[in-house]
Amino acid sequence: MWEQIRDNRIRSAVLVAGMGILLLLIGFFIGYAFLDDPLIGMIIAIIVWVIMNLVALLQGDNIILGISGAKKIGPDDHPRLYNVVEEMKIASGLEKMPDIYIIDDPALNAFATGRGPDHAAIAVTSGLLNKLNRDELQGVVGHEISHIKNRDIELMLLASILLGSIVMLAWYATRIGIFGGAGGRRTSGRGAGAAEIIIVVLGLLLLILSPAMAQLIYLAISRRREYLADASSALYTRYPEGLASALEKLASNNTKVRTANKATAPMYISNPYYMGAAGTGSDLFSTHPPLAERIRILRAMGGASYKDYETSYRSVKNESIIGKVTLEQIGNEAVAIRQPSAEPPPSDILQKVSAVRETSDLMWRMSSYRLLTCGNCGAGMKLPPAYKEKSVRCPHCGFINRI
Amino acid sequence: MVIAIIVLAIVIILVLIGIGIYNGLVGARNQMKNAWAQIDVQLKRRYDLIPNLVEAVKGYMEHERGTLEAVTQARNLAQSLASAGVAERARAEGELSGALARLLAVAESYPTLKANENFLNLQEELTSTENKISFARQFYNDCVLKYNNMIQMFPSNIVASLGRFKESEFFEVKAGAEREAPKVSFARPESK
Repeated sequence: MWEQIRDNRIRSAVLVAGMGILLLLIGFFIGYAFLDDPLIGMIIAIIVWVIMNLVALLQGDNIILGISGAKKIGPDDHPRLYNVVEEMKIASGLEKMPDIYIIDDPALNAFATGRGPDHAAIAVTSGLLNKLNRDELQGVVGHEISHIKNRDIELMLLASILLGSIVMLAWYATRIGIFGGAGGRRTSGRGAGAAEIIIVVLGLLLLILSPAMAQLIYLAISRRREYLADASSALYTRYPEGLASALEKLASNNTKVRTANKATAPMYISNPYYMGAAGTGSDLFSTHPPLAERIRILRAMGGASYKDYETSYRSVKNESIIGKVTLEQIGNEAVAIRQPSAEPPPSDILQKVSAVRETSDLMWRMSSYRLLTCGNCGAGMKLPPAYKEKSVRCPHCGFINRI
Repeated sequence: MVIAIIVLAIVIILVLIGIGIYNGLVGARNQMKNAWAQIDVQLKRRYDLIPNLVEAVKGYMEHERGTLEAVTQARNLAQSLASAGVAERARAEGELSGALARLLAVAESYPTLKANENFLNLQEELTSTENKISFARQFYNDCVLKYNNMIQMFPSNIVASLGRFKESEFFEVKAGAEREAPKVSFARPESK
């Protein structure tokens, strides 16, 4: 279970290589049209790419987490979430505990990011924490941990850097081409040969189409990996229904994540933009497979192994998702689905209140409030950051608590 | 001369393959040990949590002295077997899980206890520790399976027998002990 999903790695490598070639072609054309030397253009393209890489290496995940307004939490801030992440870390055999972030947002969503299994982070919205029970949360966290374990986060980082470089170069090249006139080479006295014209036309087409092409490749990578992360989540949790029921809640809650944007969208567990009714259509431009389909596949699983996911996927989509090699190596062992954790019935107000309180307490703490439990009656108190006294009287039982 | 070179080349290739397999075996064994250490960490954590739990619920559960004692005893037994073999340990830990689950199930019928924040925290920690133990066990058993497969399958079995790699035991909680346990914690007490 610890190997990456191998055939998929090859497929992804081909797609990333395709984006790389696209980038080099743009460089070639820029060099050819404006600089009289295709090689220099290609070198420029590579330099742009290297610089973007360095920026990402130095603070890639910080940027993403910063944009999303995520706040880092520790084991005491939200024990349930921290525990569930640690459970999935152990189940997946991941060596290092990922950082955990919370986004204060009523929408239901989560994502994983980072430079690799040792520098990874998982972010979930506070809405998710309020609405999901433990099994569902486990399914979602299992999905995100799979993105880390299957090295999807690195791949998506790599792909998004390539995408960014392509878009940037193409944008500048078309601007220069339009306003500066791409004629530098053709004024050199030689008549424009047919071959030269073809290259120029192809190059212009390339410049215009490449951002869209790169985007399509990017999305193709991300969609496929959503299914695979679902399969791994089912395997880690031994309980596909947890994730299925969580996705169902996600589908019925059509709130957008306020801080999501186009660049961060593919990272979320479900598309942060279009939810609800949009969850039925799948086209080339969607970052995520439709939720309804993912739920159907998870619910049709007869066991929790990769093989079961493959069978189920085949019955729904009539094609293969996990390659033969991987299945033979790791997926063939039969894995039974476990019993659901005994949860209080949904009508249990006490449990519901405590789940909401858990999250809201966390939000209080994040705004620098101090939470105190009365030493006598156990009532919870929230002290504003400005409260400087040494003790406080419990409003419930009158007991004086030292701070 | 030519034959000598060919033979030498074949020998070198075989040795290189052998080294590769050997390293693979060592890697698999280390991963397995690592996975075992994970289980160990969680089991120790559970030993540490149980006295706190017993302390926290003692005042509320005067009538459940038997349940409490069963948990304490199972814990002490499991801890005393901490350096015993895998199978023996698994049995003791399985019994502890069962006793603990019974205690947590009984605790459900004490509303005042359920309102106690200290108890709720302990309950969350114990539930999660139980989960972590079973996930760590799951991963450990996967590692053992992979390692044992390497030892049994050709051609790695040759290197394994030369390097004296021994098959490992699975950490299996006896079905009996587990069936006895109402699935941890939040379960409503059945007809209590």
